[in-house]
Amino acid sequence: MDILQALDAVWAARWPILEGIQHTLFISILSIIMGTILGVGVGLILTYGNRWIRFLVRLYSDFLRGTPVFVLILACFYILSVVGIQLTAYQAGIFALTLFCSSHVGEIVRGALQAIPAGQTEAAKSIGLTFRKMFVSVLFPQALRQILPTWVNTATEIVKASTLLSIIGVVELLLSVQQVISRTFLSLELYFFAGFVFFLINFAIEKVGRLVERKIAIPT
Amino acid sequence: MSSPILEIQNLHKRFGKFEVLKGINLTMQQGDVISLIGSSGSGKTTLLRCVNFLEDYEVGLVAVAGEQIGYVEKNGKRTRLSEKKIARQRAMTGMAFQHFNLFPHMTAIRNVMLGLIKTRGMSKDEARSVAEKWLERVGMLDRRDHFPGQLSGGQQQRVAIARAIAMNPQLMLFDEVTSALDPELVNEVLEVILDLAKDGMTMLLVTHEMQFAHDVSNKVIFMHDGKIGEEGPPKQLFKKPKSDRLATFLKNSKF
Ligand SMILES: Nc1ncnc2c1ncn2[C@@H]1O[C@H](COP(=O)(O)OP(=O)(O)O)[C@@H](O)[C@H]1O
Ligand SMILES: [Mg+2]
Repeated sequence: MDILQALDAVWAARWPILEGIQHTLFISILSIIMGTILGVGVGLILTYGNRWIRFLVRLYSDFLRGTPVFVLILACFYILSVVGIQLTAYQAGIFALTLFCSSHVGEIVRGALQAIPAGQTEAAKSIGLTFRKMFVSVLFPQALRQILPTWVNTATEIVKASTLLSIIGVVELLLSVQQVISRTFLSLELYFFAGFVFFLINFAIEKVGRLVERKIAIPT
Repeated sequence: MSSPILEIQNLHKRFGKFEVLKGINLTMQQGDVISLIGSSGSGKTTLLRCVNFLEDYEVGLVAVAGEQIGYVEKNGKRTRLSEKKIARQRAMTGMAFQHFNLFPHMTAIRNVMLGLIKTRGMSKDEARSVAEKWLERVGMLDRRDHFPGQLSGGQQQRVAIARAIAMNPQLMLFDEVTSALDPELVNEVLEVILDLAKDGMTMLLVTHEMQFAHDVSNKVIFMHDGKIGEEGPPKQLFKKPKSDRLATFLKNSKF
């Protein structure tokens, strides 16, 4: 089996594979965006919330982070339908990844906010800023610089975790490739190809992350 | 006569069971410069922080320009003011900190402009020209576009003072603003404060620089164990301390 033959096989199956890539990208991006928005909320509550809501959100976050994503995905697909929430496999998958992402982003945001020295808050208060103004102008911009590297890491984890949706029948990149393999038996070549595409996606995410990191770095 | 700039009556403050301020009384008129001295842990910082409500207090009164800070008293019941009102009251005083606390992600001039824009509601252009004026005053105009990490400690502290004073506060609070500085950088900061004092700024400052306290203040307060141990004009306090405690304190702090 030479490389040309493998490329040939990929080329022949380009449409289903492209569709798989498209779904992987869509699922990942949507989960990351929604998970990040939710996660910032989680982080804010964990840092500034009153005792009770903080306790509840801490349970939420610990539970999600302590559960394998695989189990989360199965739970969202099978258990939710038992309690009357009917989600398609696609929706359930995105839902599970969003929850997973939010718990991790929540911890990252909390850590970053708590790492800001108390003197920053005091200085901001002393010039008459309300909490909201202080958060927007002083705390968040500093937290963001802390968050970014770890957040990029979480984003790549989500892309990788999206392959698990194949279990509940979502035809993302991995499953689309598996379907082609079942017809062509070119498993080695096609799995290698799939792996390479995942690598490219995550490589791109990390590159962009680095770029932004450098752009917003504070000169010293 | 108009109300004093700062009025503190019977102020008590505790952290848990530990009472840190045990009944402080203090009045400052326009243009007063008062230095707080005393050994570490005597409550100087806490007193300063009660004035702009970085700490709340249980008993007593703190009033700036006739307005009680942090609370309203109604029918003998005290309630905490809203966050917005407290923020507005905090802007009546300016504070400079031991560790400068500049915003590291903003240039020097942005640090000064932030409060002018967000609290005072100035336009960017207006804020910039006010900020430039004060950076010039503290000798930092040429470093206006530097980030705090690119400045020496003394330079950072001068920017921090500009940030506080640009807000046009009624009263400036200085908490050991030279304690974190290398010895050779102390004077540039003290000179800025001296210059502001000459200009008639009302100032309450905590310092370990006894010579400076002597030169700049019209009154010095020796704090001891959460109380005012001794107070008076600098000459009297430094030359003829009444209590043994103050005498010992002065002997141990190289004056
Ligand atoms: N946030 C706090 N919680 C508990 N104790 C505190 C806190 N801040 C200050 N203290 C205590 O209050 C006392 C007075 O502190 P401080 O006002 O900083 O004194 P000074 O500035 O004169 O050194 C010290 O014993 C200190 O340990
Ligand atoms: Mg102190």
